[in-house]
Amino acid sequence: MPATFSSKEIAAADERCSRGVSVEIKSVSIALGGRTVLENFDVEISTGEFVAIVGRSGCGKSTLLRSVVGLETPQAGAITLGNVAEHNGKPDIRVMFQDSRLLPWRRILPNVMLGLDPALIPHARKVLAQVGLAERADDWPAALSGGQRQRVALARALVHDPNLLLLDEPLGSLDALTRIEMQQLIEDIWRNRGFTAMLVTHDVAEAVSLADRVILIEGGRVALDEVVNLPRPRTRGSARFAALEERILGRVLQRRSAF
Amino acid sequence: MNQGQKKSAAKSSLRPGVLAKRALPWVVPILLLIVWQWSSSAGILPSRFLPSPRAVVSSFIELSASGELWMHVRVSTLRALAGFAVGGGLGLLLGLLTGSLHWAETLLDTTIQMVRNIPPLALIPLVILWFGIDESAKLFLVALGVFFPVYINTFHGIRSVDRGLLEMGRTYGLSGWALYREIILPGALPSILVGVRFSLGLMWVILIVAETISARSGIGYMTMNAREFMQTDVMVVGILLYAILGKLADLLAKALERYWLRWNPAYQTAR
Repeated sequence: MPATFSSKEIAAADERCSRGVSVEIKSVSIALGGRTVLENFDVEISTGEFVAIVGRSGCGKSTLLRSVVGLETPQAGAITLGNVAEHNGKPDIRVMFQDSRLLPWRRILPNVMLGLDPALIPHARKVLAQVGLAERADDWPAALSGGQRQRVALARALVHDPNLLLLDEPLGSLDALTRIEMQQLIEDIWRNRGFTAMLVTHDVAEAVSLADRVILIEGGRVALDEVVNLPRPRTRGSARFAALEERILGRVLQRRSAF
Repeated sequence: MNQGQKKSAAKSSLRPGVLAKRALPWVVPILLLIVWQWSSSAGILPSRFLPSPRAVVSSFIELSASGELWMHVRVSTLRALAGFAVGGGLGLLLGLLTGSLHWAETLLDTTIQMVRNIPPLALIPLVILWFGIDESAKLFLVALGVFFPVYINTFHGIRSVDRGLLEMGRTYGLSGWALYREIILPGALPSILVGVRFSLGLMWVILIVAETISARSGIGYMTMNAREFMQTDVMVVGILLYAILGKLADLLAKALERYWLRWNPAYQTAR
């Protein structure tokens, strides 16, 4: 299903525009089950930036994301969120996981409303309309397709008007077409709201089409930090896009051939 | 048009097929009933051994007209439900406790697992010694028997709640009671209801035994009393009553599942 709204409409529909927070990850080391995943890891993400994190399976990119939201605790180092004072001391961080993680026993609207004041129902309906699922508010999650469920998960994250949105391979299990639609949707909403975004993905093309910066993690460290200097909206067919994708992909695969 | 004809033809040929499928499960019981009635009236089956179905029906009508039957049914049902409420309630509470808190599991689970291996009916001599043949004896036995299936399935249900959903709930700021209400309880509910359904069956089994051994009223008492006077028809009425009440309890449990688990495609009724 195509997104049935323009970015202008999104801006009009949502008066509560937020600003992002900066993220500073400084000399972070994380070991899981005795194995070092991240070692002395440094990354700085500025306010409102869209950063994609790529790398091979098990390189620690998901662990990095999980440690930002506090699902993993670093053994060493610190993760600091900037402009904390501006956001009443506690910036709002939301995560979108690879699986939608909707509550199967709640209908769609109550799922979007999770942890929210009932007074915000109209706002939740509005956000649900932004992701194109207004008419599915009273359905059970089991009745939705995988792509629709991910859009509900996106609405659930956006309804809190987050300062930082963490995307942990949210489109990994979707088919190619749904995936491109979702990428456009995420880009539109990000451009209108201006939150900071961190996207973990396997798909280099996805990283290049969405992110301001692509970071490659290898051996627990930053192996590549590439600024994507392409005008938005980006067209995948362009020569510069293809060249950049080729270069990053080449760098990802380089290590494997060395083994 | 051709297609329409084909469709209606398929429909009419399907109808008797569906009917036959519905009737099929009842062929054997009805056949048994006919053989039973025939052998009784032919004198092959003496009535002191097994009464004829007609005698059972007339004895049922007689007993229900006098009100005696309903009095016994009421007493037994109240006993069963009271025992279920006490045992099931305790099982649910303790299961929630040991399922949610690790120290409670460490403290209680070993004890409960040991007690679980004692068949409740093996306690009858002791129970009679403790409570006499009072109401509390039957309540105790039913409650004890019903406790374990509810406890074990509640514990298991809580432990098998999807980790991913719990993690998601925490990132959405849910904790304590909110996390419990939104994620843990609904996630454990399918398993809890399996325990409830199992308990409802067990509830009648234990009550039957308890009532036949020591009671002054109830279906079990009625059946045992009939044995004294060789009233085989009353005995069969009592036995059939248990079957019906057991089936009713199962239907109730199924209805609960259909209502509470209606979000689950496996429990949704065809629309």
